[in-house]
Amino acid sequence: MGEVGKSQVRVDAYDKATGRTKYYEDLMPQDALYVRIKHADIAHGIVKSIDTSAAEQIDGVVKVLTCFDVPDITFPTAGHPWSMDPGHQDVADRHLLNRHVRYWGDDVAVVIAENEVAAMQGVRALKVEYEELPFVLDVQKAMEDGAPQLHEKFPHNILKHTDIRKGDYQSAIQEPGLIKVEGWYDTPTVQHCHIENHGCFAYEENGRIVIVASTQIPHIIRRVVGQALGRPWADIRIIKPYIGGGFGNKQDALYEPLCAWCTTQVGGRCVRIDCSREETFVSNRVRHAIRFHIISWLRKDGTFAARKVECFSNQGAYASHGHSIVAKAMGSFPQHYPCDNMECDAWTVFTNRPAAGAMRGYGMPQASFADEANVDECAKAVGMDPLAFRMQNIMPQGYEDGFSHNVNYYDSFRECLEAGRKYIDYDRKVAEYAKDTGPIRRGIGVATFWYNTAVYPISLETSSNRMLLNLDGTVTMQCGETEIGQGADTAYAQMTADVLGLKSYQDVHVVSCQDTDITPTGLGAYASRQTYVAGFSIRKTGLLLKEKILAYAQELTRQAPYNMDIVDGNIVRVTDGKVLMSLSELAMTAQYNPVHSEHITAESTYTIQNNAYSFGCTFAEVEVDIPMCKVTLKNMINVHDCGKLINPALAEAQVHGGMSMAIGYGMGEQLLFDEKTGKPLNNNLLDYKLSTIMDHPHLEAQFIQNAEPTSAFGTKALGEPPACSGAPAIRNAIYNATGVTIDQNPMNAHILFKRFSEEGLIKD
Amino acid sequence: MYDMLALYEAKDVQDAVRLRLEHPEAQIIAGGTDVLVQMREGKRAGKALISIQKCDEMRGVSIDDEENIRIGSLTSFTHITNDPIIQKYINVLGEAVDMVGGPQIRNAGTIGGNTCNGVTSADSASTLHAWEAIVEITGKNGVRRIPIKEFYLKAGTVDLKVEDGEIQTAILIPKASYDRTWGHYIKYAMRNAMDIATLGTSVNARLSPDGKTFERVRIAFGVAGPVPMRAVTAESFINGKAVTLENIEEFGCKVLEDINPRDSWRASKAFRSHIAVESAKRCLIESVKLAGGEL
Amino acid sequence: MAKKQYALVTCWINGREVEQMVDVRASLTDMLRNDFRLTSVKKGCEVGECGACNVLIDGECFNSCLYLAVWAEGKHITTLEGLTGPNGELSDIQQAFMDETAIQCGFCIPGFIMTAAEILDRKVYYTDDELRKLLSGHLCRCTGYENIFKAVKKTMLRRLGMLDDPYLNS
Repeated sequence: MGEVGKSQVRVDAYDKATGRTKYYEDLMPQDALYVRIKHADIAHGIVKSIDTSAAEQIDGVVKVLTCFDVPDITFPTAGHPWSMDPGHQDVADRHLLNRHVRYWGDDVAVVIAENEVAAMQGVRALKVEYEELPFVLDVQKAMEDGAPQLHEKFPHNILKHTDIRKGDYQSAIQEPGLIKVEGWYDTPTVQHCHIENHGCFAYEENGRIVIVASTQIPHIIRRVVGQALGRPWADIRIIKPYIGGGFGNKQDALYEPLCAWCTTQVGGRCVRIDCSREETFVSNRVRHAIRFHIISWLRKDGTFAARKVECFSNQGAYASHGHSIVAKAMGSFPQHYPCDNMECDAWTVFTNRPAAGAMRGYGMPQASFADEANVDECAKAVGMDPLAFRMQNIMPQGYEDGFSHNVNYYDSFRECLEAGRKYIDYDRKVAEYAKDTGPIRRGIGVATFWYNTAVYPISLETSSNRMLLNLDGTVTMQCGETEIGQGADTAYAQMTADVLGLKSYQDVHVVSCQDTDITPTGLGAYASRQTYVAGFSIRKTGLLLKEKILAYAQELTRQAPYNMDIVDGNIVRVTDGKVLMSLSELAMTAQYNPVHSEHITAESTYTIQNNAYSFGCTFAEVEVDIPMCKVTLKNMINVHDCGKLINPALAEAQVHGGMSMAIGYGMGEQLLFDEKTGKPLNNNLLDYKLSTIMDHPHLEAQFIQNAEPTSAFGTKALGEPPACSGAPAIRNAIYNATGVTIDQNPMNAHILFKRFSEEGLIKD
Repeated sequence: MYDMLALYEAKDVQDAVRLRLEHPEAQIIAGGTDVLVQMREGKRAGKALISIQKCDEMRGVSIDDEENIRIGSLTSFTHITNDPIIQKYINVLGEAVDMVGGPQIRNAGTIGGNTCNGVTSADSASTLHAWEAIVEITGKNGVRRIPIKEFYLKAGTVDLKVEDGEIQTAILIPKASYDRTWGHYIKYAMRNAMDIATLGTSVNARLSPDGKTFERVRIAFGVAGPVPMRAVTAESFINGKAVTLENIEEFGCKVLEDINPRDSWRASKAFRSHIAVESAKRCLIESVKLAGGEL
Repeated sequence: MAKKQYALVTCWINGREVEQMVDVRASLTDMLRNDFRLTSVKKGCEVGECGACNVLIDGECFNSCLYLAVWAEGKHITTLEGLTGPNGELSDIQQAFMDETAIQCGFCIPGFIMTAAEILDRKVYYTDDELRKLLSGHLCRCTGYENIFKAVKKTMLRRLGMLDDPYLNS
């Protein structure tokens, strides 16, 4: 008993350490045909014609299909739960292949061939004739009158606008003596860069389509493929094996619908689509670049009188997750630093860039960058230490959000900040570094965030679970919340073991592979909800299974169920602690009982109607070489209150990964586009500056374990939170070191050169 | 699977020359870290290749009869860095090529490939220019040797005559170049590994026996122009001058008279120029320290 | 010209001598994955930028995506499958990756472990900075490299009998 809270080794660790874990491509049938996609090499236009004759002549080419061949069905791709309310459904704005090209890289045709080389040659041999249209890359330019229009139904390219009004901003700013702190903050387009690119293969079986895909969301993919092909959803079977990371990119229907359609065009033969790294950058999904305009009005005591926030979210060419991201970003402001008078507006705007979708943090890394940059300047404006300013203004204990019903049950923010302050030796170092005046200067920055664990009440939250008692007394468990590398299966095994009273988490066999024909329906891996959400259905199903086990035990032992429990895998009489029988004996007896044979199983669905605040902060310490425009990150700590930890070692590891992503976001990563053509410039891992092991200091992860009262196991969000506050902490550390504000990320050498030149720190 | 028309494998240097004459349209491939990448990209798709991977006589570092350091063109970056001759006489070259890509790329990539692709950002190139390396070329007419400066004709083009079946077989550093000389290389890049240089700066110095005068300073840049280049104005300014920080400061500023970086999406001209000045100074200061001088 | 060009490659893979006809256009990744089903060799970029396909060739690490299969002639190649014993016994570095929670999605791990194997076989003490540089040919998006670094460092110290040194192991 007591597996929850232990740093157990991952259930999949041995297979991954020996290289035997199978990802989609490792399961590829030998006879699969290669599908290669012809991507548009213009940013905006209409395909007039595609000459396929040369491609069709190439030895090995089986078939060429173009945007003129696909069904006239538009479909949504976002990995959201379906909504029965049409007003809540995702925007259906793309075809399997598109005649209206909306970004450089849009899919216009495919070549299906017997081998990889023929498919590539076929793609190069296609001659596409376009009617070119003007394009727009900038989010605010796309909103202007006369800007190129991407989608007919969305004038001024505005996918959606929402706002928040609290108090009376206009009156509040009339208060005498207020200090105004205003800024524009720009965040970049970045990509997930899971090391396994997205890919899938599809074939027909008994009139249905089977797709094996590198996805986070098998059950949702089944729905989208059904919609895209105009087929009943149950015609589609999705199998999700182990996947090499997702981070939100694979929380979208990527090439599964196209792959499914291709198999139907070659008589059901197996076809494969394997994205190259270059395609992954451009033709999958990216993180929304969001521009913020913030005006803060402060009293001399450092309290907020009023705040105005405008958010412009660059959606790219297709709606995907759409407005959800910036809505979440905007929604963070009023709760992060509660203020009586707020005016917030958010726009999601189509541009001729790759489609933006979900990515770890879902709007919060962007919001945190802007908010925490502005807050540091607010602190400076009123002459307060940035940490003291936060301690004074940040969300207090007892704060409740009326919409989500989230409650800040503890004083989590301040506890996290105190832990970080202690680790980084904040007070001593800030005083010491203030004396640096030479070319090399040191500084410390802090930033915070809050995060919602799941998607209630915006969308459905449901989790289903199935447990089977095996004959050896172990339990097999299945659910639809997927393992994508984060360690969900291990956490599930630990929780299941405890609910059932098994001896070890190794007595739980979590079926890692989701198969929509077999696995109970679940929504997959997204938000930071897997452990939280699955926890409910694990507890519910575990209790059901236990009830059935004890009911059968009653038949065999004549003891009342309430006098029995399962302890360490044995049926125990609780009144005197006597071990009555092992689970294995019970299972064998039940299975092979000639008069009452029973395969003991349980299955249930839990609808979650709660959500939970997760909190945290980052402290970053930097050394800035001003003449070289170089920032060296010397030290970094994240402190999280994500409730009780199911597996501390795994939690810590997950924080490291999020911190790394935040370092990249802060210092290096940015997908660039040619202003003249709209062409992506650096869609490869050489030119896109993902941080390497040499770009990191030691990453420290600490936790404040305040049990979440609404949670089945006291746990709440951790998956995405570590990626949220790192970049602004680095930004504020540079500010602390040099006095120079950098209001855009990544804070690379180019932008430092520009800003240091403007501020007179370097002269040529 | 690469989109390759054909592969011709050379057994040795003479075989490579023969294959080159036989298949003038084919591309030479050594370590593969550039050619195969370009083939994957589509740039060199459908081309035939002549592989010299098995010409093992072109591997290794030695000192020849004329006391030149001789580096076989197929010597990998890792082997150059770990070589005792390099470490003793021209450690900066070992350090420079130890900044190429990551460890696996340094195991595969060769100094011949790094120079034959004619790219200005190659990490070996600025140091080889600063040390006035000699390129050895073998063809049907035998062996010829030319200064590395002349080997680079223009961006992406080097002086190898396909019609003569020429391949690069070695790079030589003459004794007059490496004797009593110490150098330092700064690779300016956007991350600390797996990157290409935004600017490469290689400086070396020979001081007077008392350590007080610059006897000979040489500086070369990568990515400060279309091909790797020396900064001769800066060099002639500093040679014969006293070893002082003021002179080094002036030396740094002088490089702007020599270099001609361009604006590109990777970096602006203004930024590269700024970094060139700063790097030149820092490299020279470091070279002075290595040469036993005092500042 | 013949439609396809093949070559016979004789080499040692994970200690076993093998002969294989390969299409000369094949990369070593293609050969190891497709002909020998050594699927620990992963494809993350196929242009030498991620390190997922890293294998040992005559004791040195190479990205097998940028290595032609025909070049394997006469070479000794080791993939992650070759580090595991015949009865599934783990090498110390594999065990360390498990124990230090260095594994998440697992996709970059085979490449990383092979580089670690090369480094550790030298039985040399490396400083933290040196070790980071030696591991820098691999990209990972899950771990922030933190526990990977720990696993390699601890194994290095253990092999050198220095694991109990509190200063080195800090």
